[in-house]
Amino acid sequence: MSVTPEDIEKVALLARLSISESELPEVTERFSKVLDLVDELNTINTDGVVPMSNPHDMTQRLRADTVTSHTAREALMASAPAQASGYFLVPKVID
Amino acid sequence: MADSDVLNASVSDLQRMLSARAISSEELVKTCLGQIEAENDALNAVITLCGDQALSDAREADQVLSRGDGKPLTGIPLLHKDIFCTKGVRTTCGSHMLETFEPAYDATVVARLKAAGTVTLGKCNMDEFAMGSSNETSFFGAVKNPWDLDCVPGGSSGGSAAALAAGFAPLVTGTDTGGSIRQPASLCGITGLKPTYGRVSRLGIIAFASSLDQAGPMARSAEDCAHMLTAMSGIDAGDSTSADRAVPDFAAALNGKIEGLRIGIPREYFNDALNPKVRERIMAALSQLEKAGAQLIDIDLPHTHYAIATYYVIAPAEASANLARYDGVRFGHRCDDPIDLEDLYLRSRSEGFGEEVQRRILVGTYALSSGFYDAYFNKAQQVRRIIADDFHRAFETVDVIAGPSAPNVAFQCGTKQQDPVAMYMEDIYTLAVNLAGLPGLSTPAGLINGMPVGLQLIGKAFDEATILNTAHRLQQDTDWHTYRPNFGTFQS
Amino acid sequence: MSWEMVMGLEVHLQLATQSKIFSGSATQFGAEPNCQADPVDLGMPGMLPVLNEEAVRHAVKFGLGIGATIGERSVFDRKNYFYPDLPKGYQVSQFFAPIVCEGVFEVPMADGSLLPIRITRAHLEEDAGKSVHDIFPRETGIDLNRAGTPLLEIVTEPDFRTAEQAVAYLKALHSLVTYLGISDGNMAEGSMRCDINISLRERGTDALGTRTEIKNVNSFRFVERAIHVECERQADILDDGGRITQETRLYDAEQNVTRSMRSKEVANDYRYFPEPDLLPIEIDAAYIEAVRATLPELPGAKRERFVSDYGLSEYDATLLIPNHAMASFFEAVVNHCHAAKPAANWILGDLLGALNRSDIAIEKSPISAQQLAGLINRIEDGTLSSKLAKQVFDAMWEGLGEADEIIESRELKQVSDTGALETMVAEVIAANPDQVAQYLAADEVKRKKLSGFFVGQIMKASQGQANPKLLNQLLLEKLAAQS
Repeated sequence: MSVTPEDIEKVALLARLSISESELPEVTERFSKVLDLVDELNTINTDGVVPMSNPHDMTQRLRADTVTSHTAREALMASAPAQASGYFLVPKVID
Repeated sequence: MADSDVLNASVSDLQRMLSARAISSEELVKTCLGQIEAENDALNAVITLCGDQALSDAREADQVLSRGDGKPLTGIPLLHKDIFCTKGVRTTCGSHMLETFEPAYDATVVARLKAAGTVTLGKCNMDEFAMGSSNETSFFGAVKNPWDLDCVPGGSSGGSAAALAAGFAPLVTGTDTGGSIRQPASLCGITGLKPTYGRVSRLGIIAFASSLDQAGPMARSAEDCAHMLTAMSGIDAGDSTSADRAVPDFAAALNGKIEGLRIGIPREYFNDALNPKVRERIMAALSQLEKAGAQLIDIDLPHTHYAIATYYVIAPAEASANLARYDGVRFGHRCDDPIDLEDLYLRSRSEGFGEEVQRRILVGTYALSSGFYDAYFNKAQQVRRIIADDFHRAFETVDVIAGPSAPNVAFQCGTKQQDPVAMYMEDIYTLAVNLAGLPGLSTPAGLINGMPVGLQLIGKAFDEATILNTAHRLQQDTDWHTYRPNFGTFQS
Repeated sequence: MSWEMVMGLEVHLQLATQSKIFSGSATQFGAEPNCQADPVDLGMPGMLPVLNEEAVRHAVKFGLGIGATIGERSVFDRKNYFYPDLPKGYQVSQFFAPIVCEGVFEVPMADGSLLPIRITRAHLEEDAGKSVHDIFPRETGIDLNRAGTPLLEIVTEPDFRTAEQAVAYLKALHSLVTYLGISDGNMAEGSMRCDINISLRERGTDALGTRTEIKNVNSFRFVERAIHVECERQADILDDGGRITQETRLYDAEQNVTRSMRSKEVANDYRYFPEPDLLPIEIDAAYIEAVRATLPELPGAKRERFVSDYGLSEYDATLLIPNHAMASFFEAVVNHCHAAKPAANWILGDLLGALNRSDIAIEKSPISAQQLAGLINRIEDGTLSSKLAKQVFDAMWEGLGEADEIIESRELKQVSDTGALETMVAEVIAANPDQVAQYLAADEVKRKKLSGFFVGQIMKASQGQANPKLLNQLLLEKLAAQS
């Protein structure tokens, strides 16, 4: 299956990556090569095979409902690129 | 004692010296730091040093040793791949995105190795977000192979492998999502083990592909790896996928006895992709094992071929979600003067991530997107089970599976960067092991034109002991693991 | 054109746990920004989720509460989208295999009937943080305290046809989850938030029209209003021959309008896939039975019992049931006085009135159930007239003690002594000959009215303590004897 530059732009938007006009042809070409590689999956019959999400068929352990984290806000926000009054800041979002 | 002896010594030897007070941990750490200072410019294997902290930790270890309270790893210097979060020490994952990120926490592996008495010297370069097989995708520049500075060390734990081979430290940590411990171990002539998925906690390890990632030891011998694995392993309440399995003393279990061991040789691992000279070395290693009493049995892993396609759907898909948190809001790179939220996202991420990382995010996003989920992601998860079943079936008749770790010796820098698919082929023999969640190990199998070759040993789930013991026997019968690169201190 | 509304509801219910669904941070409402967000909640590199057992138990309780099937094996999935209050860039939710599968919830309507609503599913997920738009002039502030609070998202089939049904469902749901103790249901604090999927179709047809989704409506009243205005908006468009755009809308309570959410304009593709950091939750029969054994009596059963055992009207039962504390209060009163109907009347009348005026929850009522029962006992045994009872009630509200103490100290006992009453009647008749004459001259109807004068005079003389029933009887006898 081949992809078009438009497909790549759509996927890039979903992934919040910006690809410049000049890069687009090469990105598309290399992406297509990877896609050709993975398209081999279509040549194998998987009828009735249960998808495997995790290597061992283990089940989820549960944690007791107790408060164990005592947040040090200053330490955790030390690496924040923009903050004020204890809030992380982003450009104004309008709903 | 000459520095080169110390820089060549095994952990067991160093521990004997430390216990006998023939050398102090502080001296050992100084020697390692000196070696890094002298040789790192040529290799670019280490990107962050914590010299002062290391010396202070070493002095503390010396106190413990002088009280006679030393454990097998007390006072032993170590380098971490820069994918392990280290409290208060910059953790970059080889990315511009995290160039200045200082975690407020230690990864469980870091904490456990610290508790075992090791002394952290610094952090090793790596492929960006562990995505690469040549250590050329790092934001901090490519790592060079100490065996030949024009060649790659492999990846993604290439900095770790190169550092160890160059004598920077006797132990290094790595992570392996599709071969990232075994392939660089093979290309740098060291021993590296990817444990069973779930054996080692992933908490605090920057995620690439959650269902495949596993941390493991890289060292000069199987025995050293065994010591380190014992310290790293075990259930962690903070990682739901860590296994509730007893952790044996892997080093104590090494007896070198492999008489009657059934070693499966998968036909599919000796295909056209394999360099014939590598094949020769692997066959030589296998006959050594046979000589030691093991039984070689031809087996089939019929769906091996599909491992690459399967891996390059699942790993990018999981990565596309794992890397969504790097959005310029709470930590990590943020673009200058974003005009609005979308601008903030788009520019921060495009500036922060390199080309290979962006490509995998795109592939993963595509594979999960509406209309393609069934054809790609779900299909890949089904094929994953088929591949895992191949192994389960094989392990009904054999105890260990053996083959090459990589199809070639280290290749020239820059030769595969332009062709992602050619690069992906480097992991052809290692990917399936991650898909099945099994333990795999690479041990040196001699040289081809002065460049190392690695033999891969694959074990049953949670049976690291058997592959470590097999490698240990090989290392008793051969001296391949003692070969050192003709580099710096080791120059003849 | 006559339009029929078709609605389905999605309720996001915050589960009452001490810690978050995947981290050990506290869940309390109203903390300083980002003070209840640990590295897991902040989505920091390398952090991993571990599931809170209480969240699972609460979800199972809910499933059992509506008689739904519990998923033997439920799985968490990642729902991928970018938003600044979603720290990881994905929400951990359940898409392919939810913990609670189909069920039917019977909603009591005002007329006493039960409206069956089909529950499609209920799944566990993590709440997002909050975006604060009104503190900073040019920026939006992000507070991640709420991120990771356990949510149960309860989804219905499109079974609602009126706003009244939707509100009745929400009230019944609120009642159920507070009975179960799995949520405080506090809508003002966002513990229970409602998304309304709404479309119109020509009455009598089956096909579903294009729907809009109104997000995050946070009170019963707003739900009702939002439905009405959105219905009108859609009807206007359709009447004009227009088409409805499928979109997410927000209800603006101040303007009483719904408006399109601009931030949701980019079409989302959530790319759900199984969360690899968590493993499947397996729930076996033994676990389910153990949880079932802890379930309290639920509103439906309690309503039936109140009607059959206590002889309450459906109406009274329906008023008492929704608030678990009120139902319990009622039962406590009845335990002490064995007069169910008066107990219901007092609780729903004077007590509720007083509580509402003072904005006090019934759990904190200044008059205890035992005290109220004491008062009712004195009415039942004839000690107090209803008028006196109100005085005692007021005194108890002021904290002046038990009914008997107040009766005693204020000498409020109703005079039922025939001799004493006869004397009073005789005195009043003797003192008012004109009125007696008028009375005797009047017909039956007028007599009834005129007797009130004498009752008033006697009550005044007895300071209100005359037993009114006895007084009436004696008075009529005496007056009749005058002729």
